[in-house]
Amino acid sequence: MAEVALEKRESLRVDRTHDLGAGCCSGGGLALAAVSTPGDDYTDFVSADPSAFVETDQDGNAMLHMLVENMHCANCIKMIEQTLKSNDAVLDARVNFSTRRLFLRWRSGEAEVGDLVRSVIALGYPLTPYNPEMIRSAAAEENTRLLRALAVAGFAAANVMLLSVSVWAGLFSDDMGPATRDFLHWVSAMIALPAVAYAGQPFFKSALGALRAGRVNMDVPISLAVILAAGMSLAETIQSGLHVYFDASVTLLFFLLIGRYLDNAARSKARSAAERLVMLKAVAATLILPDGSRKTVPVEAVTPGSRVQIMTGDRLPVDGVVAAGQSELDVSLITGESLPTVVNAGDNVFAGTFNLSAPLEVRATKTGDNTLLGDIVRLMEAAEQGRAKYVRLADRIAGYYAPAVHILAAATFVGWWIFAGSWQVALMQAVAVLIITCPCALGLAVPVVQVVASGRLLLKGILVKAADGLERLAEVDVIVFDKTGTLTEGRLDLVNRDDIPEETLNLAARLARNSRHPLAMAVARVGSAVGSHLAVTECPGLGLKAVCSGEEVRLGNREFCSVAALDNSGFPPGPELWLRAGQREAVQFRFKDRLRPGAHAAINKLKSRGYAIEILSGDRTEVVEELATALGVENWRAQQKPEDKVNRLKSLVAKGNKPLMVGDGLNDAPALAAAHVSLSPASAADISQTAADFVFQGRDLLAVPETIYVACVARRLILQNFSLAFLYNAIAIPLAVAGIVTPLIAAIAMSASSLVVCLNSLRLRLERTDVQS
Amino acid sequence: MSVLIYLIPVALFLGGLGLAAFLWSLKSGQYEDLDGAANRILIDDEEDDLS
Repeated sequence: MAEVALEKRESLRVDRTHDLGAGCCSGGGLALAAVSTPGDDYTDFVSADPSAFVETDQDGNAMLHMLVENMHCANCIKMIEQTLKSNDAVLDARVNFSTRRLFLRWRSGEAEVGDLVRSVIALGYPLTPYNPEMIRSAAAEENTRLLRALAVAGFAAANVMLLSVSVWAGLFSDDMGPATRDFLHWVSAMIALPAVAYAGQPFFKSALGALRAGRVNMDVPISLAVILAAGMSLAETIQSGLHVYFDASVTLLFFLLIGRYLDNAARSKARSAAERLVMLKAVAATLILPDGSRKTVPVEAVTPGSRVQIMTGDRLPVDGVVAAGQSELDVSLITGESLPTVVNAGDNVFAGTFNLSAPLEVRATKTGDNTLLGDIVRLMEAAEQGRAKYVRLADRIAGYYAPAVHILAAATFVGWWIFAGSWQVALMQAVAVLIITCPCALGLAVPVVQVVASGRLLLKGILVKAADGLERLAEVDVIVFDKTGTLTEGRLDLVNRDDIPEETLNLAARLARNSRHPLAMAVARVGSAVGSHLAVTECPGLGLKAVCSGEEVRLGNREFCSVAALDNSGFPPGPELWLRAGQREAVQFRFKDRLRPGAHAAINKLKSRGYAIEILSGDRTEVVEELATALGVENWRAQQKPEDKVNRLKSLVAKGNKPLMVGDGLNDAPALAAAHVSLSPASAADISQTAADFVFQGRDLLAVPETIYVACVARRLILQNFSLAFLYNAIAIPLAVAGIVTPLIAAIAMSASSLVVCLNSLRLRLERTDVQS
Repeated sequence: MSVLIYLIPVALFLGGLGLAAFLWSLKSGQYEDLDGAANRILIDDEEDDLS
């Protein structure tokens, strides 16, 4: 008997892990241990009817693009692809692990799209179809263009350098004939000139754009130096001169393109994180046509007045009025309220809420951008305007650096013309100044640090979404926390588990696992639902009932379980459930929203580092006060509406503070956008994640001090890099102005300074001080 | 030094070959899923290949 029970439990556990999407990596189990993704993060996952997104290619085959959740390792790729390919109709199933996308092509008519998708979902990988046209591929194209330019510049730099080394060697030993030197110069010119013309384009275009707008950016001195160096070297070659700078011009491009590519890669990674969140919102809606038939369409095709069917477990695609049915809606996205509200025919419902217990029929009143969700997005965009003015450190420096370099070069030209009397010599020296001051190390100073820092944060499950987020985070002095879902888990947990007999708890769990109600899910999480399947009826707004071993079992509110109004003395009032089996005494289940793990440690750590901490919450005063006292935070405000939160942050900014906002709810999204920089947990509303500059996975709040720490170290390294670059300039510029610099010295100085900057940035990797420990 | 007449074109040709190979790999989409490529190496071949 015991064995049978154990087996059952085992099979159930497998079932459950599949629910969590943790069934992957069962072969290796390597990656999963590191990933702390509570399964509940996926319960509100938006799944849409895929048939609305199926396209047809020119051969008549069906195609579908989907986003895949929960992929962790090679085994996941294999499982998904093999499962799909085992169907004979499937022509192509390809997972892109970097972007977490899945492309599927199959002979239409031979396989049902629902079956294919379900087979993958059953493995534990939730899928969301998306419309590939929604993704702007501009960033990816830019990346490819830069990579191509980088390849050309690298090829040219290597070959020209090879020839240059021969020339330099000849100059030293003094036995190279002028004919050989000229020949080598001509070959260098033939490689370098086309390479400069091709690989320099990203810089030339940006410099032209800046000049047209009447500004100067870093690309102006770069373009000028590269073009002048190449042009002057060509003139020297024609006159069979001694010194040419072909190697300097292409190596400069090569180094700078590396910096530019890394910068762009970081930015497009940030952008794809934002795009993904937008795509997850692409939900299909089921229309009820006048003749009673159902049709699945993309949500954009729903017009006001049409009737929409909302199944249990669907997110509402539109604002509307309930036409038929009764159910409970999870409105936490809109209000932050953790308990669901009951809706009946005639009630107003809003897009973004989540249908929990029974199918509904909704008459759409507002769609798309006109929904309440759209309003909040607009409030958020308005708040974001203020932040767009932030100028990045590198650009601020370029604002001073570029004019200084140009004045210096011009002064060198004039000086040499007056003293040497020849304008050719003067031009040569001026170009040498431009080349030597060209911000090769400056171009690498920021991107390399950024890449190393984002890589380190990614290992901890922290996603850098804004390219300049790290710079802004390092300046923070005030940290503002939201309460529900940020300092707390944002979900209710059973608190009186010890008072409930094991048997009762398990019986409750057997009922509860049939419901998506947050209280029921809290019960299902702690109880082991071993036993035969129960035919459970869900009564919206009341509870669950079933018949078990001949007696009726009810799990629900007081009235539903006919509990007399008993005294609650000794217990604080809060969310509760009751279980009544047959005529026996009803048992109470009490719930509470618990603190996130690491909340205490994180707050203490931040306080000890001298940050001012504040709590802004939409919740009731008593609840916020209790929590603030427990955490030792003196500065808190309760009952804040989204506008109040924005205003508080604006007043902080107006006082000259740089606030960091940490929040998760939809009601926090405008505040996240209004803050100097913002952070969201991955369990946050989509909109909040879009607004936030950083998103952290997992439940541990220590991610907040960790992110700030890395940002501060990154800023220190960037400043060090700039100092190193300036130090190099301080030595090299006098040499260049004095006319001592030869192409050989320029090449050595340039490579050495770039190398030093890169090595200094990599120190962030070695930094072993771990905030978590 | 007349050997340079042959050597430099040979060196350039080889370098150009590398460049062309890189541009081809870029065009054929081999840089679109770098993380995936790193993981796919761990996937065993089809079982019937192992027999």
